[in-house]
Amino acid sequence: MSAEIAVLLTFIFMLAVVAGFELISKVPSTLHTPLMSGSNAISGITIVGALLAAGSAGDDTLAIVLGTAAVTLATINVVGGYLVTDRMLEMFRKKKEREEDS
Amino acid sequence: MSGPLQFVYILCAFLFILGLKLLSSPATARRGNQLSSLGMLLAVVVTLAGNELLSFQWIAVGVVAGALIGALAARLVAMTSMPELVALFNGFGGLASLLVAWFEYRSDPDLITFTAATVFISVLIGGVTFTGSLVAWGKLSERLSGRPLLFPGQHLVNILAVVALLAGGVMFSMAPAANEPIFHAILCVTALLGILLVIPIGGADMPVVISLLNSYSGLAACATGFVIQNTVLIVTGSLVGASGIILTRIMCKAMNRSLANVLFSGFGSAASGGTSGTETREAKSVTAGDAYVMLEAARSVVFVPGYGLAVAQAQHAARELGDLLEANGAEVRYGIHPVAGRMPGHMNVLLAEANVPYDQLTEMDAINPTMDTVDVCVVIGANDVVNPAALSEESSPIYGMPIIEAHRARTVIIMKRSLGVGFAGIGNDLFYKDNSRMLFGDAKASLQALIAEFKEA
Repeated sequence: MSAEIAVLLTFIFMLAVVAGFELISKVPSTLHTPLMSGSNAISGITIVGALLAAGSAGDDTLAIVLGTAAVTLATINVVGGYLVTDRMLEMFRKKKEREEDS
Repeated sequence: MSGPLQFVYILCAFLFILGLKLLSSPATARRGNQLSSLGMLLAVVVTLAGNELLSFQWIAVGVVAGALIGALAARLVAMTSMPELVALFNGFGGLASLLVAWFEYRSDPDLITFTAATVFISVLIGGVTFTGSLVAWGKLSERLSGRPLLFPGQHLVNILAVVALLAGGVMFSMAPAANEPIFHAILCVTALLGILLVIPIGGADMPVVISLLNSYSGLAACATGFVIQNTVLIVTGSLVGASGIILTRIMCKAMNRSLANVLFSGFGSAASGGTSGTETREAKSVTAGDAYVMLEAARSVVFVPGYGLAVAQAQHAARELGDLLEANGAEVRYGIHPVAGRMPGHMNVLLAEANVPYDQLTEMDAINPTMDTVDVCVVIGANDVVNPAALSEESSPIYGMPIIEAHRARTVIIMKRSLGVGFAGIGNDLFYKDNSRMLFGDAKASLQALIAEFKEA
């Protein structure tokens, strides 16, 4: 990795942190639990690295174990996180919507 | 870093950001979550399609197993157990990041110093997140005791572990290929550190801990992004990191404690005596029939639920009473304290599950200014968060903690089993106010008695 790339990545990191603080402080406390489970799901983005690992492990047993375990765990995070968040958000309804349903 | 692939990753990051933006209102939140999951799907597909991978068999094994476990967990979990699930997912995320970093080191040990350092950071944060989350999960699900576990020299042991890790990290980063044993030692000590950091924290403080671990799981993904030089991991990891830190701060503020106090003080370890002098004041008790008369005449009613409501499984009864009050012409709202549940926002989810419409779920800061105009405030299973001593008594251990100012309502009905103390181990002045009435008994039974009164009338 060249010095320029290191600087660029650090710069992206800084901007993302600022954007994160701005975005998250606008989430109402009513939705803080779905926010946590949802952000949990997106931290499963590490699946990108896990897929690359599991797909290029070759014959090295330890590498295969590391890659496969990483894919499994990250997938649990992604699939479980998004589904449980959706399940919660579905319950949040306005009074009008509730009456229309029943 | 191939060109077109990076552009797709930028699109994914944009979808995540948009998803979080739509989470700013319950009306758009669900669509936000769907857009965000679309971004994730896109990231997975382009990663699989855009790289020349050797084999797909292990990927398939991992994805199928993970998707099955994740979907089952998401479907089966009870809303009351959401904190445990989130703690567990945090831990998995942290471990996944650690494993990816470990894999990178394994497949090419001869890393340059900057990359080796990011491998170390990724392992450190991922490892602490993993074992720390497991302990938090154990405490939340009561598989482990909720008591803080303290031993002599605890802080010293922690400091030694951190110093050893930093020294090991520097040595590893300077010459990663030659220092494989050090890397393995780092793995073991980080796992231990995660446990050491969470065991001294009491069960009541776990909401702060899972918020913090949530942040760590993001930062671990971020560090892994540096390891594999992937911008979408860095951006997404930082978003999650920021989210967890904000939630941690909110929870600390709502409990009137500093983060350092939560993490290191072993709060709740002393068996809290709770008897702050003999109580000479008398609380006025009422029957369900009396409470009905008050509620029947009320034009404006606020419910203040605490976790005791969920323990009594009384959310549905509360909502039913709320509906009856509305049908009777009253304005009904639910005033929710940030620490009312067992994780940030938890009480809102429990009430939404019981079909309470979200326009009635009102934050503490929005309900307090209107409290003087409330006819009846019904406190159900909440204690410390409505104790007016937090506002007025400088000697009180909870002085300075923000509360829901129930005492300012014209009448306060408190549903409680006894005049007992809350988490903070202190008596509650609210019970003895002139405008307060105690409705003793199980919250669910009391609510059902009131519902019956309304239905008979």
